[in-house]
Formats: sequence, structure tokens, C-alpha cells
Amino acid sequence: MALVSANPPEIRLSALSTACARLDPRLRVCATLVFAIVMSQLDVLGALALGLAASFALLAASGQPWRPILRRMAAMDGFILFMLVLLPFTTPGTPLFSIWGYGASLEGLWAAVDILITANAVVLMVLVLPGTLEPVTLGHALARLGVPLQLVNLLLFTVRYITVLEGEYQRMRQAMRARAFAMRTNLHTLISLGYLVGMMLVRAQERSERVLQAMKCRGFKGALPLIDAMRWRAADTIWAFGFGALILALIALEAAHVFGA
Amino acid sequence: MHIVDGALSAPVLVAGAALTVGGITLGLRQMTLERIPAAGVLSASFFVASLIHVAVGPSSVHLILNGLAGLVLGWTAFPALFVALVLQAVFFGFGGITVLGVNTFNIAMPAVLLGLALRSLIANAAPTMAAVWGALGGGGAIALTTLFVAASLVFSGEAFVPAAKLVFFAHIPVMVIEAAVSAAAILLIKRVKPELFTGAPATAFA
Repeated sequence: MALVSANPPEIRLSALSTACARLDPRLRVCATLVFAIVMSQLDVLGALALGLAASFALLAASGQPWRPILRRMAAMDGFILFMLVLLPFTTPGTPLFSIWGYGASLEGLWAAVDILITANAVVLMVLVLPGTLEPVTLGHALARLGVPLQLVNLLLFTVRYITVLEGEYQRMRQAMRARAFAMRTNLHTLISLGYLVGMMLVRAQERSERVLQAMKCRGFKGALPLIDAMRWRAADTIWAFGFGALILALIALEAAHVFGA
Repeated sequence: MHIVDGALSAPVLVAGAALTVGGITLGLRQMTLERIPAAGVLSASFFVASLIHVAVGPSSVHLILNGLAGLVLGWTAFPALFVALVLQAVFFGFGGITVLGVNTFNIAMPAVLLGLALRSLIANAAPTMAAVWGALGGGGAIALTTLFVAASLVFSGEAFVPAAKLVFFAHIPVMVIEAAVSAAAILLIKRVKPELFTGAPATAFA
């Protein structure tokens, strides 16, 4: 699971998807944050549907391969399924139908649908906007937005060494396979995995000592320089207005329903 | 155990975010210049370890190892686990954005608590006894995390009570797995490189 791919997949770009690809990373992060916060507080079907539609529209416009993104979205739905299925039966309210004597309520079903739409709309927006950035660019964007440099440094180091340590993990797994280790549901498997993890931590610690020496040798003073040129373009202002309009529309739909009712 | 966007109420989200900001601040204060590479490389190794899947009958679960992270990293486990959750949310779509604060607190706070409680015991114990403390740390951290997750759900709505109970009982196998893996990992570390648990967390530059 490499976070930094040496050969990113080639993507056919239309004029619109080129415009999406050039979106300022800072705008991507901010737009996603505001979108997520607003969506998590909405309760009106019209507003929720608009948010989900906007996420799908952006996915289509971005020209990103949609299969892997939708597969990740479906994986998340699998995780929350059991909670959503329970909700109609545990929320008191207008009875809707009953299974084996347990009544489902309209309010509960509605709460489950609300969570389902919110979670999917936000995950889609996340995977399309900041999710298509290089992890290093995401780190730099966060730093430019005022996230403490130390935290950004930690993120950049983590991103850098995930790939390295994944390689180390795969080598050790190969060595275990060569000795006829197979994963089973038993104590031997768990203890072997524990030794594997322990060895990874020992090697990681020793590697970090070498990394520190090498960095000190090059004059490391506690912060990585942010080498990028994030420039706000006129197109970004237009996008920002677009996102602003979407957010306002979401809030207006919610407010119209709440105060109209 | 990732809670998604839309499930929790606003007060729970705000409380989780505030507590996580506090935890990260404390963690970053411990992360001096000398410790940045160690924290980064160890944070990456915990990220890779969380990709390991263990079969449980027909299904499988992935390792979390937050107890082990707390033992090795101390308060730095807070920013390290936050970074891992951000990367998972943004690039893999696990979890959510508004729930980042709550999710980080639920995973990192048990890690830090058990780390504080057991680190010196493990540093001074013989390898086998250290492994016993390690099992307690690994299993205990998951037990606490499931309780925190259940509490976040219940504080958001009474309707979540059965789901919260289910979360706890469904994670009992995970507690056993994490206890065994953490114990074995600590047994090995105590034999190979016991310095990892002496001195301030995540340093050992002696």
C-alpha cells in the first residue's frame, strides 16, 4: 500500500478535469473541512441529497478513475452497515414494520438514511479533493494553513517511512513464508506476528538513529523546509465562490425546512 | 472501530476535537528535535502494522496496537495516531473528517494511559514478566478504546445503546489478539533491545 507511487496512473484529462487537477491544495483542504462540518449537521433530505449529488458531480468532473474511489466508499458502507441496520429497531417512534416481534420506527430508518448519505457524501468529497493530492503536498498545504510545523514534520516523516517499512515488513514476511509459516487462527500465529512487530519496532528505532545522524550531518535544525510554490490563481477564486454557493445552498435548504415547518 | 461522519452529535464532536487538540499539544511538547525522526519512523511502523490482517474464523481483523504505541511513544502516541488516522481518512476513506477528533481521542487516550501506567514496570521487569504487562497493555488499551467508542455513541443518542454494546462484545476477540501480539512483541524487544523502554519514550539515543 504505497502512499508515494513512482508511476502515477495516466489519467485522460478533459478541460474540466484539468481545471480540477489544478485546484489549489489549500482550497481543497478548506472546502472539504467546511463541507464535512456542514453535512454532519444537516437533517433535511433535500439538503443531504444536494450534498451527495455535489460530491458525485465533482467525482465525474475530476476525471479520476471512479472504480477504486467507489470501491473505497463501498468498503466504508460495509463497516457501518450493522449499526445502520440496528437503528430503526432501537429508535422509538412511529411504527413502520416489524420483524420477529421487533418493531422498526420511521424515525430510526430516517436516522440511518441520514448517516448513510452524510458519510458517503463526505467520504467521496475527501477522496476526490484532498485524496488525490500527493501526501507530501497535503502536508505542505496543512502547514500553509497554520497546522503546527512539528505535526506537519511528523506527517512528512511518517509518509516517507511507511513505504520503507512496508518493504521491510514484506521481506520479513517472505522470510517467514520460506520457513513454512502460514496464517491461522491460533496462538502460534499471534506470537509469530508479535515477534514480527517487535522486530519491526527494533529495526525502526535503529533506523531512526541513523536517520537522525544523517540529518544532523546536513544541518537539520528541527524543521523541514517547505519547498513548493503554492500560488493562488484566479481560477481558484472562482472555485472558492462555487464551493461557497454550494455551502450556502445546503444551509438555505435546511433553514427553509426548519423555519418553514 | 472507525466512527463515520454524520453519526455523532455536535457536542460529542466538539468535545472530542478539543480533547485531541490538548493531547496533540502535550505530545508535540515531548517531541524535541532529537526525537522527530524516531517518532516519525515509529509512527510509520505502527501504520504498517495496522495493515496486518489476522484471520478470526471466516472473517479477519486488522491490528491496531495502540497499547504498544503508548508504551513505546508515550504522549507522542497522540500526534502519531492522529497522523495515521488523517492518512487513512484522506487516502483510504476509512473513518471521517468531523470525527477525526473523537476517533483520535478514543484510540490515543487509552494508549497514553496504559503507557504511563506500565512503561516503568516493563522497563524494570524480566522479559517474561514484561510480556505479561505487555498483554495487559495491549488488551487493556483495546478494551478502553471500545468503551470510549461506545460512550461516544451513547452520548450522541440513546438509540445507539444496543450498537454500543455490540461494539464492545464484538471486540473481545480483538482484545485477545492484541494482548497476545503485544506480549510477544514486548518479549522480543526486552531480549533484543531493552533500551527501547528505558529513559524518556521514543528516544534511547544513549
